[in-house]
Amino acid sequence: MDAIKRYFRSPAAIVGLILLLLVIGMAISAGWLYPRDPLSLAGRPLIWPFSNPRFLLGTDNSGRDIAAQIFHGARIALLIGGAATAIAVLIGVLIGAFAGYFGGWIDTVLMRITEAFQILPNFVLLLVLVAVFGSTLTTVTIAVGIVSWPAPARLTRAEFLSLRNREFVQAGRTLGMKDLQLILGEILPNALPPVIVYASVVMAVAILLESALAFLRLSDPNVASWGNLIGLGRDVLRVQWYVAAIPGLAILITVLAVSLVGQGLNDALNPRLKGR
Amino acid sequence: MTETKPAVLTLDRLSVRLPGGADRAHAVRDASLTIAADEILCVVGESGSGKSIMANAVMQLLPGGVALDGGRVLFEGRDLAQASAAEMRSVRGAGIAMVFQEPMTALNPLRSIGDQIGEMFRIHTRLSKQEIRAKVLALLEDVRIPDPPRTVDAYPHELSGGQRQRAMIAMALALDPKLLIADEPTTALDVTTQAQILTLIRELQHRRNTAVLFITHDFGVVAEIADRVAVMQRGIIVEQGAADDVLHHPQHPYTRQLIAAVPPLTAPPPRPISTETILDIADVTKTFRTGGFLGRGARVTHAVKSVSLKLPRGATLGIVGESGSGKSTLARCIIRLLDPDGGSILLEGRDWATMPREQVRRETRHMQMVFQDPFASLNPRHKAEELVAQGPIIHGTPRAQAIREARELFALVGLDPASGDRLPHEFSGGQRQRIGLARALALKPDVLIADEAVSALDVSVQAQVLKLLANLRERLGLSIVFITHDLRVAAQICDLVAVMKDGEVVEHGPAGEVFNAPQHPYTQALLASIPGGDFARSHPVEPVEA
Amino acid sequence: MRILSLAGRRLAASIPTLFLILIGIFVLLQFAPGDTVDAMMAQMGGGDAATARELRQFYGLDLSVPMQLGNYLWRLVRFDLGFSSIYGKPVATVILERLPPTLLLMTASLSFAFFAGLVLGVIAARGVNKWPDTLISTLGLIFYATPSFWFGLMAIVVFSVYLQWLPAGGFEDIGAASTGLARTLDIASHLVLPTLTLGLIFLAIYLRIMRASMLEVLNLDFVRTARAKGLDETRIVVRHVLRNALLPMVTLIGLQAGTMLGGSVVVESVFSLPGLGRLAYESVVQRDLNTLLGIVFVSALLVIAVNFLVDLLYARLDPRISAGA
Repeated sequence: MDAIKRYFRSPAAIVGLILLLLVIGMAISAGWLYPRDPLSLAGRPLIWPFSNPRFLLGTDNSGRDIAAQIFHGARIALLIGGAATAIAVLIGVLIGAFAGYFGGWIDTVLMRITEAFQILPNFVLLLVLVAVFGSTLTTVTIAVGIVSWPAPARLTRAEFLSLRNREFVQAGRTLGMKDLQLILGEILPNALPPVIVYASVVMAVAILLESALAFLRLSDPNVASWGNLIGLGRDVLRVQWYVAAIPGLAILITVLAVSLVGQGLNDALNPRLKGR
Repeated sequence: MTETKPAVLTLDRLSVRLPGGADRAHAVRDASLTIAADEILCVVGESGSGKSIMANAVMQLLPGGVALDGGRVLFEGRDLAQASAAEMRSVRGAGIAMVFQEPMTALNPLRSIGDQIGEMFRIHTRLSKQEIRAKVLALLEDVRIPDPPRTVDAYPHELSGGQRQRAMIAMALALDPKLLIADEPTTALDVTTQAQILTLIRELQHRRNTAVLFITHDFGVVAEIADRVAVMQRGIIVEQGAADDVLHHPQHPYTRQLIAAVPPLTAPPPRPISTETILDIADVTKTFRTGGFLGRGARVTHAVKSVSLKLPRGATLGIVGESGSGKSTLARCIIRLLDPDGGSILLEGRDWATMPREQVRRETRHMQMVFQDPFASLNPRHKAEELVAQGPIIHGTPRAQAIREARELFALVGLDPASGDRLPHEFSGGQRQRIGLARALALKPDVLIADEAVSALDVSVQAQVLKLLANLRERLGLSIVFITHDLRVAAQICDLVAVMKDGEVVEHGPAGEVFNAPQHPYTQALLASIPGGDFARSHPVEPVEA
Repeated sequence: MRILSLAGRRLAASIPTLFLILIGIFVLLQFAPGDTVDAMMAQMGGGDAATARELRQFYGLDLSVPMQLGNYLWRLVRFDLGFSSIYGKPVATVILERLPPTLLLMTASLSFAFFAGLVLGVIAARGVNKWPDTLISTLGLIFYATPSFWFGLMAIVVFSVYLQWLPAGGFEDIGAASTGLARTLDIASHLVLPTLTLGLIFLAIYLRIMRASMLEVLNLDFVRTARAKGLDETRIVVRHVLRNALLPMVTLIGLQAGTMLGGSVVVESVFSLPGLGRLAYESVVQRDLNTLLGIVFVSALLVIAVNFLVDLLYARLDPRISAGA
């Protein structure tokens, strides 16, 4: 309970929470405010924002409503971000926990694999995965998740390595606990909080990765992704720069919100880091 | 000597404020004391007494949120409490110098020793590089560091703890300050090293006529080097005076309580011990191998070398040694937290050294351990009574019954049974050790291993926990292996004592014999190093209400 | 030298990982729909099944996967990266042509991000929780959240379209054909915006790490000792804190090397730079799997090389490492 109070003592964390709720609100209300398919033609192409009351944010090169794409895009961003993060954290925690707890050759093998994923630039790997498995929403989400698991794995492993030798874990061993009970009951509840907080960083990066893919026309073209819109906006950048500017702002706000909330959670759960 | 020497430092009703939310408003309140040139004043108190903060206040090195709140700090005719930042900088190092507790972290790991000592000269004087180097070498010789020319270019991690502290002292005395403040400089060191450093400080102080303000929690140290003493309790100086007076005729009840809690060095009268051996340790060996690439260049440490000991039923065997002696490794081998490389450990006929893991898990109810760190040995997310009930539950006791028994154990170790549903951080250090004890006793073990179980506690709390152990020993017929680095603690509770050095047992026997007639030179050195030896042996032990 | 042997050991340990990567990617690429021959035939404008079979036999694509893998690895050891069907040249040649702009861009971005991050981080830490810190930290957060490609596009709008100060893309003015100083300046002006764009996110990261590192070191015991000796704050920061605080930053360079290379894919696309990143993108779109594999290999090599240099630098800064502590 004090953690919640501590969270609200930071103005940055409150701003983050408000922004995040805004984005979530956009995603939830999209189907109701803009019931038609956001990728369907709605009006004349390249109408400027605030010039036509029907299209508050204007229209893009093909005449599709930008505001509708922004609202529906919020769904995609949060969906991909959330799902990819879940995949990355799940894989990462499993691998990190086993490597950190058992040590020895299990650790060496798992760490070699983690290192392989970290040496290869993650965007290049993403490109390869997309080249092989295609660009549907599902494959892109899974690919982003696969590219993102090394960092949570490293973090979990570090936590397990340090907790494994804590005296309360040794005490558990002397009481006769089995390995699984030690991992799940004693160590994991203490190792997870920093990993959960780190999940916000993973989510921020996931959203940025997917939008970069979309910008390069390598993501799912049948969904209203913000990155797709920016890619379109590139073609008309010289005059109608708003087509690229608006979705980019949306990405910025969402990633900022996720980062601020993550930071707020971190400070709230680790109060000894005063003045940081 | 009754002539009054001129005072080097005078504290006049000094108060230091703490930020809101601390357990009291002032860290130090109305503290007044004087230190004359050529004398050592010891400030004694337990943790939280404000003694360190008082020392930091003199140097204006208080952490954020903590500030001076009245009073004067008179040094060389100036009130330092009113001094500007620039004035303080000129006083620090040159007029008043400070030595801290942890020499490893108090030195910059990325700069050489010579560089850091030489910095004193670079800040406060205009000497040339060669002159500075010559002076640094001379200082290192003064503090008796081996091989000064090599040490000058060495980095802190290349020296031992004692050598680092000598370097710190050299650095502090570089500019011949009028006052040296030493904040628990020997607490983090081994007993033998501590004795050497204390001798060094006393010697240097004599030669250079420096006044020394020595902070400590150990009355033995006070007996060893203090000319005058000030006792602090929760921010207030409760008693002050010449060392002899305070030590042998303490006036204030708190002083009396502290002195009584200092464990005496004489062993208690021997108890009758059974002839039956319950734990038979024979030729246990443990070697560690670290680093190395493809099997070459590995560093080999022989932590335990063929150790053999016997624990009679119902007795307490103390294993005493400094850090690196192998005593903790041995303890962990006995209870199979580590796997020994050789030897046998026989408990009730079963050899713990070679038992497969599965069997160890089942047999573990016969041998239990109490750990050192009251803060790290309890899972912060479990309630206290759950922690105590965990063991029996794992071994098949139904949960409700285990919790009931846990509550009974709470009462046994002197805790309120109703407090069982609180989390560990809501208890004090001493209480947490009691919880750890209850957890170990929950499985009704035959043998209890106490691994430095009281080392992290304040002296008065230590005494209480030791009393509790002695009490339980009688009631439950426990056989105990008691690991410690402090001979005085061992003297209080052990029937038999084994002294370890570098992985080997150098001497063992009944406590009385080892203490009164030590055979091995290392044991003799260990006994001689205990600060305030005579005081420890002879001070009146007044009965303390539990 | 101990430092060299320690770093060398880590380098040697990376070689099995490199092989792991190559084998993994090679196997992965076998699942791709269509292979090099399909791409070639698409380029040639179609062909019949017989031609396809002959081509496959010529390129050894009809052998079993393990045999293909063996062949590939064997050729790799001799630095033969195969043939690019799209460019009609050996892959190694194509990659070497495209390497300089990417290296230039990465060096410039890294230097910018590192030093600007260092300076801003120190300023923020010195004035912690006061307005310089709040301003810098907020800017850092915003930079971190900004998609690099979007920032690049907006920068083009502002600096190329409206202000016309800097070129909108490309590596140099082709028509100019200048040499020496004039050419260097020309390339430099083309690299300003891409460097800023690629460096932005890393600037934010280095800033945050430097600030946190400074704050952590300022709380360490030896800083208190330095104060007790009478040092003033500036001296303390420069002579004691900075070097210690730099250590995590140096480690970060190694960890971020891969991410930066990945970021160059997008930045080179936005600014039409003829670099390795854009080559990766093109080979994905045009299904030139040989080139893609070659790029994976070279990228991994680059990251390993950077990590090796970082290890050397770190050991130079921290005497505890070479002691084998």
